[in-house]
Amino acid sequence: MTDNLQLNAEGKLKHFLTIEGLDKSLLTEILDTAESFAGMSEHQVKKVPLLRGKTIVNLFFENSTRTRTTFELAATRLSADVINMNISTSATSKGESLLDTIRNLEAMFVDMFVVRHALSGAAHFIAQQTAPHISVINAGDGQHAHPTQAMLDMFTIRQLKPDFSNLRVAIIGDILHSRVARSEIQALNTLGAAEVRVIAPKTLLPAHVESLGVTVSHNLTEGLKDIDVVMMLRLQKERMSSALLPSESEYFKCFGLTEEKLKIAKPDAIVMHPGPINRGVEIDSKVADGPQSVILKQVSNGIAVRMAVMAMAMQTAAPAPGRSGGVHTILGDRHAGSVPASGIHTIPGDKGAAQ
Amino acid sequence: MKRIRIELGRIIDPANNIDRVGSVYIEDGKIVSVTDEPAGFEPDAVINAENKIVCPGFIDLSTRLRDMGHSRKATFKSEVLAAAAAGVTTLCLQPDTVPVIDTTAVVELIKELAEKADYPQIYAIGGLTQKLEGTELSSMLSLKQAGCIAVGNANQPVKNLLVLRRAMEYAASHDLLLMFRSNDFWLGNNGCAHEGEVATRYGLPSIPEAAETIALAQCLELAELTGCRVHFGQLSCKRSVIKIHQARKYGLKVSADVAIHQLHLTENDMTPFDSAYHVLPPLRTEADKQYLRKGLAGSTLNSICSDHQPHDLDAKLGAFPETEPGMSSLETLLPLMLKLVTQQAITLEQGIACLSTNPARVLRLNSGALTPGFSADVCIFDPELDWQVNAENWKSQGSNTPFWGQTLKGRVTHTLQAGKIIHRLESSA
Repeated sequence: MTDNLQLNAEGKLKHFLTIEGLDKSLLTEILDTAESFAGMSEHQVKKVPLLRGKTIVNLFFENSTRTRTTFELAATRLSADVINMNISTSATSKGESLLDTIRNLEAMFVDMFVVRHALSGAAHFIAQQTAPHISVINAGDGQHAHPTQAMLDMFTIRQLKPDFSNLRVAIIGDILHSRVARSEIQALNTLGAAEVRVIAPKTLLPAHVESLGVTVSHNLTEGLKDIDVVMMLRLQKERMSSALLPSESEYFKCFGLTEEKLKIAKPDAIVMHPGPINRGVEIDSKVADGPQSVILKQVSNGIAVRMAVMAMAMQTAAPAPGRSGGVHTILGDRHAGSVPASGIHTIPGDKGAAQ
Repeated sequence: MKRIRIELGRIIDPANNIDRVGSVYIEDGKIVSVTDEPAGFEPDAVINAENKIVCPGFIDLSTRLRDMGHSRKATFKSEVLAAAAAGVTTLCLQPDTVPVIDTTAVVELIKELAEKADYPQIYAIGGLTQKLEGTELSSMLSLKQAGCIAVGNANQPVKNLLVLRRAMEYAASHDLLLMFRSNDFWLGNNGCAHEGEVATRYGLPSIPEAAETIALAQCLELAELTGCRVHFGQLSCKRSVIKIHQARKYGLKVSADVAIHQLHLTENDMTPFDSAYHVLPPLRTEADKQYLRKGLAGSTLNSICSDHQPHDLDAKLGAFPETEPGMSSLETLLPLMLKLVTQQAITLEQGIACLSTNPARVLRLNSGALTPGFSADVCIFDPELDWQVNAENWKSQGSNTPFWGQTLKGRVTHTLQAGKIIHRLESSA
């Protein structure tokens, strides 16, 4: 089953709903494009006019701080107009259906929806139903997918460990309810990681989890052996009340990442977490704030990756730019002759210096 | 007074071991002969069934017609047309109507709706418990006297096994059949897909097979304890078939059916998040599908039902888990049964028996056969006729079928209910 819904007739990204069905070259293109945006944040002027005049709606049916903020920042840096809608407190509580919400926003001539929803398949549904000119980016749907999180994690990994084919990655925690885990597994397998290992008690693993292309361990000390990348997942408190786990303390004892346990992994292993972290539940503060942690790097990279995905989905991206000069390729391709030169000049310190 | 001769058709009547070309004679709403022309029989109407198959009208063990509180989804009027076009002459209404079938007043209302829709052979399945809440017994005897053919709790859970035991004992006291949907509510955990590879990939809340098999095993034990007659409806997995097989071998008088879509579709057919495939019990694996077919061929499962559930468009528009389960499936019943025959899963005679003779036996009805003296419920179909599932050919108000747009083989040309022609395909004589 492929997700052709995500691609346009030329095989370019139209919606970004899931990693499934996207090939290695497209994922690499996202990473390369993100790289071209990555340096921008440190510049004095942090904007490019790629999406000037476009309207992006952050449609969050579920609460989120960091994901929504990074999407908002990403859109702003692409010069788009952003509207944040926290639907959980507005329309649906008045009985409006998902489709009606979408139709109403469409009528306001928006160009892109960034959607987070508590139900699996919501982003697919919106992409199927929405007007053809609108792109949909999935910012997390139920337990299904969170593809931008996966891509920003791939981006972070690639910065530190560029060769995926040597990598053994462990994903630890609540795989069953995790859209992040599903997208990470698909991305890692697509990019050719040597092994993806999931480590969790059986209550937090979905049925036939091996069919996702992972090896399985129920023991953290055994499971961390030979691991290059340790990905921790957030443990929701309600897992205790639904009889999936006995207690936070027992979970921490078995699956919590401590300095001592981290030593079992490779000495240069990095520690990741999609956030927000539960200190002392799935991860010890010493590890979260320690030298092997790249957790805050993930957050920063979120902006560049989301800029890349948004730019590509709005059909502004050039065909697979190289590792360098991505911004220029994009700008030159899309805006040559249509945007005043001054618009392009606003990016100081470009390495490629194409004018 | 009307006399009808159906001539030149291939008559298949499994109950009477008939499979030959000949004529069926109908008088005063009853079958009078399937062999020789009765003396002095002068038909008022003749139906030419050349190259067609003439068989008993179909009896559907699980149908929803909607109306009452759900007229937006479908109405008796629209759905009986669909039933007639499907060759269905008798159907059983699940009790989860709005309001539910738990009082004689609702049964009377259903009779009235059936009468208005001009389709009298609608049997209500009475609620096993009040409001289907699973805690207090319904007035089963009154329901039976009002016309309920069986009792059941549809998809709703019974609070605990003691309540189920008492309900079954009480039903047995009045010789009422329990039509049981095997589904452990708690193990089902509000799932919407089979607990397997596809649900894992799409992150869909899932229902393990054990939700069905455990409920089934418990009910089998209680069937033995209470002596209640039980028919297990809409089984979906291999291990359920094995359990029914063992129970029957052991001597329990139980029977079981399968919904037609379970014999053709699996979890792998679900294109990502297509709500047309959202059904309960969920579509399971290829191995389950094959074993359900085997169960039919070996008569462990004796009936095929439509499990017809028409919906309005809105019910199926949304993120997959929030859409309503069920397919509009009356009109695809025959072609999908014939596909089982083409694929050599069952014989044509078995297929017809599963849709007529056997469900009649489950319900202890004097129908489902072309026996002289029986109500003239007859289905005539052209097994070779291709037709497209589209708005032009569709009668049900619900177009929620994954077969929409597909071309299927086999179509009902005439349906007779108690000797009255209730459906005639426009292109046929």
